[in-house]
Amino acid sequence: MSYNKRILYVDLTTGKMKLAKEYIGGIGLGMKLWLDHSKAGVDPFSPENPLLFITGPLTGTMAPSAGNSYAVVSKSPLTMTIGEAKAHGFFGPEIKRAGYDAIIFTGKSEKLVYAWIDDDSVQLLDAEHLRGKSPAETDETIREELGDFYIRVSAIGEAGEKLCRIGCIINDEYRAIGRGGMGAVMGSKNLKAVAVRGTKDVNVANVEEFKEFVRMIYERMKGPATRKYRTLGTPENVLVLNALAALATRNFTNATFEGAERVSGEYLNEHYVKKIIGCATCGMRCDHIALVPEGEYKGSTSRVEFECLWSCGPLCGVDRLDAIIEAIRLADYYGMDGISIGVVVAMAMDCYEHGVITDKETDGLKLNFGNHEALVEAIKRIGTRTGWLGDTFAEGTKRAAEIIGGDAYKYANHIKGMELPGYDLRTLQTAALGFSVSFRGACHLRSGAYSPDVKGKVDRFKIEPGRGKIVLEGEDLYNVVDSLILCKFSRGVMYDGLKDMAKYYELATGIPMTDKELEIAGERINNLARVINIREGKGTRADDTLPWKILNFPVPEECVGKGAYVKQKEFDIGLDDYYSVRGWTKDGIPTPEKLKELGLDDLVKIVKKKIGSKKKGK
Amino acid sequence: MPTIHEKKFVSGDPSKCIGCCVCEYACSMKHENTYNPTKSRIRAVRLNSFVNLAVACRLCEDPPCVAACPRDALSQSEETGVIIVDEDKCNGCGWCVEACDYGAIQLHPEKKVVFTCDLCDGEPQCVEWCPEEALDFTTKDIVSQKARITAVKKLFQEALKSEKK
Repeated sequence: MSYNKRILYVDLTTGKMKLAKEYIGGIGLGMKLWLDHSKAGVDPFSPENPLLFITGPLTGTMAPSAGNSYAVVSKSPLTMTIGEAKAHGFFGPEIKRAGYDAIIFTGKSEKLVYAWIDDDSVQLLDAEHLRGKSPAETDETIREELGDFYIRVSAIGEAGEKLCRIGCIINDEYRAIGRGGMGAVMGSKNLKAVAVRGTKDVNVANVEEFKEFVRMIYERMKGPATRKYRTLGTPENVLVLNALAALATRNFTNATFEGAERVSGEYLNEHYVKKIIGCATCGMRCDHIALVPEGEYKGSTSRVEFECLWSCGPLCGVDRLDAIIEAIRLADYYGMDGISIGVVVAMAMDCYEHGVITDKETDGLKLNFGNHEALVEAIKRIGTRTGWLGDTFAEGTKRAAEIIGGDAYKYANHIKGMELPGYDLRTLQTAALGFSVSFRGACHLRSGAYSPDVKGKVDRFKIEPGRGKIVLEGEDLYNVVDSLILCKFSRGVMYDGLKDMAKYYELATGIPMTDKELEIAGERINNLARVINIREGKGTRADDTLPWKILNFPVPEECVGKGAYVKQKEFDIGLDDYYSVRGWTKDGIPTPEKLKELGLDDLVKIVKKKIGSKKKGK
Repeated sequence: MPTIHEKKFVSGDPSKCIGCCVCEYACSMKHENTYNPTKSRIRAVRLNSFVNLAVACRLCEDPPCVAACPRDALSQSEETGVIIVDEDKCNGCGWCVEACDYGAIQLHPEKKVVFTCDLCDGEPQCVEWCPEEALDFTTKDIVSQKARITAVKKLFQEALKSEKK
C-alpha cells in the first residue's frame, strides 16, 4: 500500500525525535492532527503551535499531479484560523520515500536551523549562514553542502524569518505553500528549511490496475480538460474576467482594467514566456517561466500565474508585464504569498491616494496606482520589514488597517485576515458567499465558487437561496481534492469526479473507498475545520464577512458590471441558506447532531460550549 | 553485434525534456515493481527551469565501463549492445561508475552491485511513458538526421511558409 504508517515528530526545543505510526495523509488528516496536538487559543508564533508537513495517499507514486504533492498545516498568523496550503513540484514525494507520511514540528529552536532528513537519520543543522537567503538560494546551498544534487528542499526566505505574516514556504524554485503565512510560522520556530533525501520504495496495492488507471489519466491530461493550463496558462483569465467586469483593478475600485491587453495571457506568452515546464510525474506541464528580455528589468525571471499577475498588475494599476514579472520574482525571493503581496501593496497605494498615509510614512515613496517602481520598492521593503511602510504592511491588510486606524479599513481587502484573490466579488456574487465562509479566509480554491458565476450558470449580480448548496458542494469536493492533494489544475481530468478519485485512492492504498464515502469525508473535513476555528474563536457568523468595498462601493465605470455591489441583505440570505444546507445554526455553528452524524463525536464538546454561551448571552 | 550505426539507444531531447522524472518512475516500476527514482536506470537532471535532460546508457563502442571492470562482471550484449552486469561477479567497487562519462551506470541503492539501462527488451518504458515525447528509442544516425532536418526547416521557415500557399 502507498502509506508508510509512520509520522515523524521533530521537537525543535529539545531536538528529540519520535516516530509515530498509524495515520493517513492529506489536509483532512493534517488538520485533525493539528487539532489533537494543540491547545485552544494557541498563538500561531508560539512554540506550542504545531507545524505539519504532510503527504497525501498518492504522494510518491506515479499518479500525475498527485504523486508530487505535500501540504502544510498550522494555525495561521494571518487569519488566526486553521491554516493550510499545498504545493507540488518534487519535494513532497521525497518525504514519502524517506519513510514518512507526515512530519510534525513543535517547539522552537534556539538558533536558526534546518532539518536534514536522510531516510531514517534526522538532524537539525545550523542555518545561520542561510539567514536572509531566498528559498531558491537556500535550496542550492543546502544541496551543495550536503553533496547530493537530488536532495529536495522546502525553505523560507527573509520574510518568513522576520515573521512577515504573508510569508510563504517555497520548494523547487517556484512552488509555494503560499497562503496563510505558513512561512512565518516556520520562521517563528527558527526553522529555515526542511531538506529531505528518501531512497525507499513507494508501493501501491494494485500495481497492474494502478498503472492502467494512471496511463488513462496521462492520456486525459493531453486532452481538453487541461488545454488552458498547457497553452496560455491561467493568465488567460485576464481578458476573460475583464470582459465580465470581474478583473478587480486599483484595489477593487474598478472592475475593468484599461491596460488588460498589455498584461494579458496572450501578450505574456508572445513576449515573455521562455519555456513551459512541469512538476514531477505530471503529464500536463503548466509552469509558464517568463524572462524579461530587455529594459530596466532585463533578466528577471519568474513563474507567472494569473493570481500573482493580477495582484501585482491590474490591482496595483500596473500595466507593464516586465515590472509584474520582477514583482513576482521578488515575492518568491523574499518568500511571500504572491497573491497577498499584491493586495497588500494595492492597499498601501489606495491609502496613499486617499491621503490616509503620506510621504512621511512612505519615506517619500510615491505610492500612486500604476507606479511600477513604487510597487517593486514596496515589495522589497515589506519582504525585509524595512521602515514604517515595510514593517506595517508585513502584518497583512487587516492588521495594517488596525495600525493605521481611521478610514484605512475601507481599503483592506481581506476576509478573516486573508487577502482576496483575483475575482471581483461585486460582480461574482456566488464567489462572494463562497469566499466569506471559507475556513482559511478569502480563497478561490476552497470552493471554486467563482466558477458558476464566470460560466453564466447563475445570475452573478445577486445572491439568492440555492447558492449555499453550490458553495457546499464545491467545498466538499475541494476538501477531498486537497486531502488526496490532487493539483486543482488537473481536477477536470477526473471525468467521473469522486468516482475516479475513489478508484485512484483504492488502487493505491488497497483500502476500499466509494464516491459516497469520499463525499462524506469532504463534509467531515469542512466541519472539522469549522470546529477548529470555533475553538480558536474565529468560526461563527461574525467572522463570515466581506470587505468594505465589496459591500459599499459600487463598480463606478461604464461596463457590464456598472453599479454592482453585494447588498448586505442578500448576503445575509446567502449565509442563512449556506448554514441551513450545512446543518449549522443561524450563527454558523455545526450542531451536535451534525457532528455525530459525521462521526465527529469528540468535537461536540467544543460546539456545545459555544452554543451554550450564545444562549446565555441572550 | 550490431554496428554503431544500427545500435538503438534511449536518446533525450533537451528542447522537449521538462525534467518531470516520469521516465524514472516508469523505469523503477518496470524493473523493480515499485516507484523509486533511485532505482531508475535513467535519471533526469534539471539544472534550472530552462535546462533539463534525462540521461541513460549510450551503448558506447568499446564501452569504458566494461574495460574498467577488474572482475569481468560487465560485458556488452552481442545482440543489442546493452551492458550486461553479472551480479555474482560484481562487488560494487565502482570502477565502471568512474569510467562512465554520462553517469549512466550507477550503484544500486540496495543490492551491492551496479545497474544500467537494458532497453526493456526493445520496448523502453521510459520512452513509452514520456509525456513530452522527449525520449526516443533510436540510432545515432537517425538523431543526426532529425537534427539536420530541424535545422534546415528553421533556416528556410519563410520559404516553407510560402510553399504552403
